[in-house]
Amino acid sequence: MLTFAIFFPLLGAVLIATLPKAQERSAKHIAAVTTAIVLGVVAYLFIDYDRGAGGYQFLDSSTWLDSAPDISDFDLNYAVGLDGLSLPLVLLTAFLGLVSVLISWRIELRPKEYFAWLLVLETSLLGVFSSLDLVLFFLFWEVELIPMFFLISVWGSGNRVYSAWKYVLYTFFGSAFMIVGILTLGFTAGTFDIRELAEVGSFDGAIIPAWAIFTLLSIAFLVKMPVVPFHTWLPDAHTDAPTAVSVILAGVLLKMGGYGILRMSFSIMPEQASDANVIFAIIAAVSILYGAMMTLIQTDLKRLIAYSSVSHMGYVLLGTSSIGVVGLTGAATQMVTHGLITGMLFALVGMVYDRAHTREIGQLRGLATRMPFITAMMLVAGLASLGLPALAGFAAEVTIFLGTFERHEALTIVGVLGVAFAAGYILWTVQRVFWGEPDPKWAELTDATEWWERGPLIALTAAIVAIGVYPAWVMDLLHDGVAPIAERLA
Amino acid sequence: MDDLNLLGPQLALLIGAAYIIIVDVLLPLAGREAYGQRRLLLPGLAVLAAAGSAGWSLALVLTDERGEAFDGMMTVDDFTLFFNFLFAGVAGVIVLGSVDFLDRNRFRAEYLALILAAAAGMSLMAAGTDLIMIFVALELQAIALFALVGISKSDSGSEATLKFLLLSAVSTAITLYGMAYLFGLSGETSLDGIASYVANTDENRSALVLAAVFLTAGLGFKMAVVPFQMWVPDVYEGAPTPITAFLSVASKAAGFAVVMRIFLVALGEGIVTTDWAYLFAAIAAVSMTVGNVLALVQGNIKRMLGYSSIAQAGTILIGLAAVAAEDPQLLLGTSSVVFFLGAYAFTNIGAFLAIIAISHKIGSNEIDDYAGVAKRSPLLALGLAACLFSLTGFPPTAGFIAKVYVFNAAVQADLVWLAIIGVINSVIAAYYYLRVVLNMFARDPETDDAFQPNPYLGVALAAAVIGLFAIGVYPTPLIEASESAARVFG
Repeated sequence: MLTFAIFFPLLGAVLIATLPKAQERSAKHIAAVTTAIVLGVVAYLFIDYDRGAGGYQFLDSSTWLDSAPDISDFDLNYAVGLDGLSLPLVLLTAFLGLVSVLISWRIELRPKEYFAWLLVLETSLLGVFSSLDLVLFFLFWEVELIPMFFLISVWGSGNRVYSAWKYVLYTFFGSAFMIVGILTLGFTAGTFDIRELAEVGSFDGAIIPAWAIFTLLSIAFLVKMPVVPFHTWLPDAHTDAPTAVSVILAGVLLKMGGYGILRMSFSIMPEQASDANVIFAIIAAVSILYGAMMTLIQTDLKRLIAYSSVSHMGYVLLGTSSIGVVGLTGAATQMVTHGLITGMLFALVGMVYDRAHTREIGQLRGLATRMPFITAMMLVAGLASLGLPALAGFAAEVTIFLGTFERHEALTIVGVLGVAFAAGYILWTVQRVFWGEPDPKWAELTDATEWWERGPLIALTAAIVAIGVYPAWVMDLLHDGVAPIAERLA
Repeated sequence: MDDLNLLGPQLALLIGAAYIIIVDVLLPLAGREAYGQRRLLLPGLAVLAAAGSAGWSLALVLTDERGEAFDGMMTVDDFTLFFNFLFAGVAGVIVLGSVDFLDRNRFRAEYLALILAAAAGMSLMAAGTDLIMIFVALELQAIALFALVGISKSDSGSEATLKFLLLSAVSTAITLYGMAYLFGLSGETSLDGIASYVANTDENRSALVLAAVFLTAGLGFKMAVVPFQMWVPDVYEGAPTPITAFLSVASKAAGFAVVMRIFLVALGEGIVTTDWAYLFAAIAAVSMTVGNVLALVQGNIKRMLGYSSIAQAGTILIGLAAVAAEDPQLLLGTSSVVFFLGAYAFTNIGAFLAIIAISHKIGSNEIDDYAGVAKRSPLLALGLAACLFSLTGFPPTAGFIAKVYVFNAAVQADLVWLAIIGVINSVIAAYYYLRVVLNMFARDPETDDAFQPNPYLGVALAAAVIGLFAIGVYPTPLIEASESAARVFG
């Protein structure tokens, strides 16, 4: 079932790739059906997951490469499964996968290739969150770069080639170290299985110091998240990526970093994670403040949201630095809510850009009268982003602060300042762009009226409100997911 | 007869070479029409010879024929058989890729015969277990290659030949000097004889080190590693592109095969093993770095691949260094080298085939002129992109598994530092490989004329691309082949 969900998009991609040129318009239909089926399957898994039993479920495994025992224990296994931490992220991926296909409905440039790459991307992302084997995890992690590389460089805007390149090289740089870390871990423990590695506990006997392994592993995740000072790829990639890719990038890709920190660095090497918690908290605080301040000077809507992502992902790191179950739950929840909220913000900005052909805040004014629906949606997403109670962001951020305050009082207060900034930049931006005297230049603009525009937005709003009003339906699950990690850290 | 049976795979190539020359001479007698069939008849014969060679090797595998031949001059074991397949396959594919080139060259028969002769020489290099035999085989392939490099008689081709000839002569002299030392010390020319001397002596350490250094220098020329790489860029650029591919894959693999035979058998045990292991480690680090950095600035794609092949050779040497480093991994290191050579053969041949096809149509080898190739010939562009991704080491391709396998050997041999240098170099390499992909996909072509490769080359390219994905997804067969090749030295 899970394996089916992971590879079904790939099947769709192959199908699209083999379409005859005359049929290329049906690519989007195939993509929509494929992602909808995946979402259905994943939603079924989400409901079917036995919360009482907990742990990893829906396990699938088989030997992928079995090397001879007299030569090395370099065995690679295909092993996937979901627990409380990965399940919500997989659901998020499947959901945003469908959203990204729908909001790409008007893609005219080489649609076959576009939707095929989008589906390949979905397979790699589902694989990252489902892998229970380090090498398999790494494989999916790397595969993701190829579709992103093409999607940004071919269908992007502005300085797309440069941005695609920067994105790939930054991630590749991080993952280069990760593979050495993974091989060292595997060699020391004699297995690449994440579950078995988590039982090892101490890696003091490894051929290189344990903290070095921890660093090798974590760099890749910190780059991906991203935290200051490894964040500079993010504004470029976001700004120049096509809308749907921005949605996936903000919504899912950044979470790979946070997920990696929790699943690999923290749960496999808890000792080193505990030692590093102050460093993580400091990096987090810097990211939160720096990201928030950078938003204030942005003139491009996408860049602004990109920097707000840096700030918001800082909360995730701050939550993990608490090394307690509350903070970790908050961090995991923040990943899900940020995925929904920022994904929605990017979708909205994309719609504005499609109509006005500019994202310059200075040029946009009084759009509310022209596009009331988009404005309303923007308000929902914006308020959720700044942490308004009853919307998704609030639950996550409060939990993070609660969890972290005991351990890092001063740094948590710095983090809370970020929320104040967020209120400032979000409201200010909404005011500048949507309110004010309508500019006659924009008199011709239309609202979002198509089903494929309104549908995803309404679904995103529903999800944001659902988590905001009754967070327990995901938070309980995430709590159960991070609880074993927190136990090891204690 | 047993001896001849064991020599069969090489004999098939040599008989094919002779037959092609004879047919070419006799063909005009059969009338004008038959003469017109030359274009396909002669390459067909060459492919047949390669297939016959591979078939003979297969027969040896199936009948389980192994053993020494000609009084220990050569040995047929799993290692030999692996390379028999490799060289026969590469020769066959190169012939398929040369059809276009041969239309513009009047030495059709000579060209094909020389390729087969060179392949036979390389195959004998891998089989040779006596210094005399190894040297003769070395010369057989070298002389064939001299002629091939200059066969188009262009200015750059002639310059390349001269450079290749002179430097090759020097390297051969140095190799011979190293062999002379081994013979002088041990009084034996057979590798086993030398091995038993080296394993039991405590004296003449410096002479043995000197022999190892001379052999490394001389054979380093064949492997094309720094600092013995000076010939590579000019020769790669000046030679006909199919020959460049032949040099970069087959000639390099033959160099590695001989190095493994000599160093693992003759110098495998005794006082100098760690010395040469660290020598290889140092050469690996320098080759990767120098090759990659110089590849960054190349504008000509053949030169770029030339430098990149230097870097790849460095990566392969990591496996050889692991064989005798601090924590010796004889079988794993050897197996990783053999596997890498196999994976690299598919990848690099594929890349060169695509380049042959593209450059033939656009009339240029400049990377800038590859702009927009994806629009004009999507399949060729995708094929080249797949090969370049494999060279970079992205999953799910052969290159990914090969790199992970080699780095794994390094980590297990306590050479983490070398693995880290290796992965950093992968990032540098990503930059110049992906530049080509970007040019093809993200830029617009000057004209929109679609083009197709000729079908023979297309089939060969498709086989290479399918092969590199097959190895990437299901590496077990090639891993097992590499492992049994490695066990020869166990």
